[in-house]
Amino acid sequence: MTTTHDQIATIAPDTIENTGRRTFLEAGIAAGAGLLLGLRIGPAPAADTDDHAGTAPAAAAPFAPNAFVRIGTDDTVTVIVKHLEMGQGTFTGLPTLVAEELDAAWDQIRAEGAPADATRYNNLLWGSAQGTGGSTALANSFEQLRKAGAAARRMLVTAAAQRWQVPATEIQVKDGVVSHRAGHRAPFGELAEAAAKLTVPTEVRLKDPAQFKLIGKPGLHRTDGPSKTDGSALFTQDVHLPGLLTALVVHPPRFGARVKRIHDTEARAIPGVERIAGIPSGVAIIARDFWTARRAQDALRVDWDETDAMTEGTAEILARYRELAKSPGAIARQDGDVDAALAGAAQVIEAEYSVPFLAHAAMEPMNCVIEPTDQGIRVWNGEQFQTGDQAALAKVFELAPEQVEIRMLFAGGSFGRRANPASDYLIEAAHCYQALRARLPVKLQWTREDDMRAGWYRPLYLHRIRAGIDPKGRPVGWDQRIVGQSIIAGTAFEPMMIKNGVDQTSVEGAANLPYSIAHFRLDLHSPRLPVPVQWWRSVGSSHTAFAGECMIDELATAAGQDPVAYRLRLLKNHPRHLAVLKLAAEKAGWGQPLPKGRGRGVAVHESFGTTVAQVAEVTVRKGGQFRVDRVVIAVDCGLAVNPDVIHAQMEGGMGFGLSAALLGEIRIEHGAVIQSNFHDYQVLRIDRMPEVEVHIVPSAQPPTGVGEPATPVIAPAVANALFAVTGQRLRSLPLRLSP
Amino acid sequence: MLTLRINGTEHQLDLDPAMPLLWAIREHVGLTGTKYGCGMAQCGACTVFLNGAPVRSCSTPVSVAAGGEVVTIEGLVQGLGASALGKVGQAVRTAWLELDVVQCGFCQSGQILAATALLAENPDPTDAQIDAAMSGNLCRCATYTRIRAAIRRAADALV
Repeated sequence: MTTTHDQIATIAPDTIENTGRRTFLEAGIAAGAGLLLGLRIGPAPAADTDDHAGTAPAAAAPFAPNAFVRIGTDDTVTVIVKHLEMGQGTFTGLPTLVAEELDAAWDQIRAEGAPADATRYNNLLWGSAQGTGGSTALANSFEQLRKAGAAARRMLVTAAAQRWQVPATEIQVKDGVVSHRAGHRAPFGELAEAAAKLTVPTEVRLKDPAQFKLIGKPGLHRTDGPSKTDGSALFTQDVHLPGLLTALVVHPPRFGARVKRIHDTEARAIPGVERIAGIPSGVAIIARDFWTARRAQDALRVDWDETDAMTEGTAEILARYRELAKSPGAIARQDGDVDAALAGAAQVIEAEYSVPFLAHAAMEPMNCVIEPTDQGIRVWNGEQFQTGDQAALAKVFELAPEQVEIRMLFAGGSFGRRANPASDYLIEAAHCYQALRARLPVKLQWTREDDMRAGWYRPLYLHRIRAGIDPKGRPVGWDQRIVGQSIIAGTAFEPMMIKNGVDQTSVEGAANLPYSIAHFRLDLHSPRLPVPVQWWRSVGSSHTAFAGECMIDELATAAGQDPVAYRLRLLKNHPRHLAVLKLAAEKAGWGQPLPKGRGRGVAVHESFGTTVAQVAEVTVRKGGQFRVDRVVIAVDCGLAVNPDVIHAQMEGGMGFGLSAALLGEIRIEHGAVIQSNFHDYQVLRIDRMPEVEVHIVPSAQPPTGVGEPATPVIAPAVANALFAVTGQRLRSLPLRLSP
Repeated sequence: MLTLRINGTEHQLDLDPAMPLLWAIREHVGLTGTKYGCGMAQCGACTVFLNGAPVRSCSTPVSVAAGGEVVTIEGLVQGLGASALGKVGQAVRTAWLELDVVQCGFCQSGQILAATALLAENPDPTDAQIDAAMSGNLCRCATYTRIRAAIRRAADALV
């Protein structure tokens, strides 16, 4: 194993500012106040750079401060978390980084959501934008938050040294207590006020990983556990404000339809209905509470102008995509001469894979509160993309983005849905507020039916792969074509993420197929449809892993070789893939006999810098019924900051993928979505959840994300297991065996 | 006017008798630990106890609950420590915290109430019984393996 001690412990030159100082001094010392620490992270002044080679390019321009740590006189350490907590563990993982360098006790740590302010809280992997996604939260915060903790620690030590008149080097910090061998002792809270008056250090030294007391250690409970088990955690659905009204929206039944006429006489007569009005996305009903709005919705009749409404359905779309797949698309990757390689191959295997539209179906249906303020508006939301939403709402309200204040609340799941590239439901909430024509807060609440039928979906994709093997079974050529809507086209991300006509999110996981194949071609068609689509947990990998990992399994079969051994031979240049694959196979007992009717399947896939292998064990019964009994997961996500959170994300991320593999499908007929609620859009219930085992590959590499990478691996692992038992190759999701 | 007794406190409310109990609890009593997830008894996020039995409050008219005893997650955790149900609820919540079951947390009030109902009736459930009792409560984060483990742990703690 390579050690990356240097990567982890090297100190970049920072300018660190005590942003709380001025306010603190002006406001006097309030109870519970204390040290609020801000950091300027970025290139150092030119004069400084020679001493700190290898850091960002020299620039003397000042950088706006970031504030991440607040230590109260009551001993609490509040970590301001810039990333949405939607279940994936940011409110635990990010505070761990601060607590480690601060040498705080875990039970004095509190987590608080950051406000929308990209100058301080931008995602360092997203340039100047603030938001959560792509499994980046921990990865981009890893150095930033440890530095914030280390600087706070240094200030507390300096304050103690001054108070006790001892050298700072002789001072110890442990579990939230600063001490000196002469018998001095002070918990953080006692030093917070003194520390707040100090100049923030310009440089901090980070710990050697060997000194870690919290990072990588078990036993750190989630900071959001208590509030999520006693009913007190605040989700958008729970926001209540004086005068708050509830808005429901009647959406058109078919994509592309528009409101023609609203018959609302009966609905308006219901006491408590405040307003009914057409808005760009449908008809808004605003009432004193949810139930009143719901009754009005039932009483309302809308005539729709369906002149431009979508007429196609899933069947027609698939047929159209199959036609499209016959002609070349935009090239995403090309190595060698694939046509010649396939022409000369001993055997060519051709297969078509397809995946349906999927709803995210987070447990909390989409919602958003808009509240008027003296400065502009305040938004209460499970906020996943602050910068985009701020800009979108500023435009609707004709405000400056900073006049749009955002309170980031817990999200009851998201799976990508709450980072909508068009800010869809936030803009709809804004339109409801404007339609009310009164300065009262409005909560837009989607029903489950809205959540299923009003979008936005993981696109339907079709893959066609032709692959050839030589007489020894080795793959010599791989020709893959993908057909499906672009998520990125028409969004602000287009200039960055569409290159030469290829939406990178449509081909990720396929364009970087890790197997050694000399002749390779991947091309893409991105047809446009009126169906609104967006990223869904693991994005492109949600379909590319299925196609790629099923096809490589088909090649192993054609070669007459074991699926694990076959992959291992082709992954020689991918040590992380090799390691997870070997570990998962070993722990799963790969190769050991199973009773009749049972079988194993394997898949390995890298997404968002994290590599995951899964071995699924299935039992098939007569009539094509089957059950996934056990899943063994191996993951390499670099340094494991919170092993238990990683376990949880592997278990849950796999379960989310399994739900889609077994059950998930949004079907469209004549431009309308058929499914409406959990009775006809089935999702995984506990009785179909397999036993899960998770193994983390030890690593000292910088950490990568874990929110998504377990999701795409399970569908191919299960499909391959079903083949092992039945001999049937299932090439479309959800997986259905023929009896 | 109808009387709702929630977590031991009486509330006099002037509500449409057809209003689901869920919305009375959330928007008129102000207890928001009980969640709206589907509105048709498919997901279990709205689970509360009515007269000691778990019900889906999204599909229970408030008039049906009038005069009865309603217990929500808040009441289970805060106010009923001494009662038999409260004891089970505390053990369940403790197990939930020890095993870090929650992820997004939105469904977890309902999960904890459903688990409490199961253990109140069957103190030593098999895995199959756990799956059967809990299959009405959806969790999109798929915290299911930990839910199973936490129920077993709570059962052990209650012996």
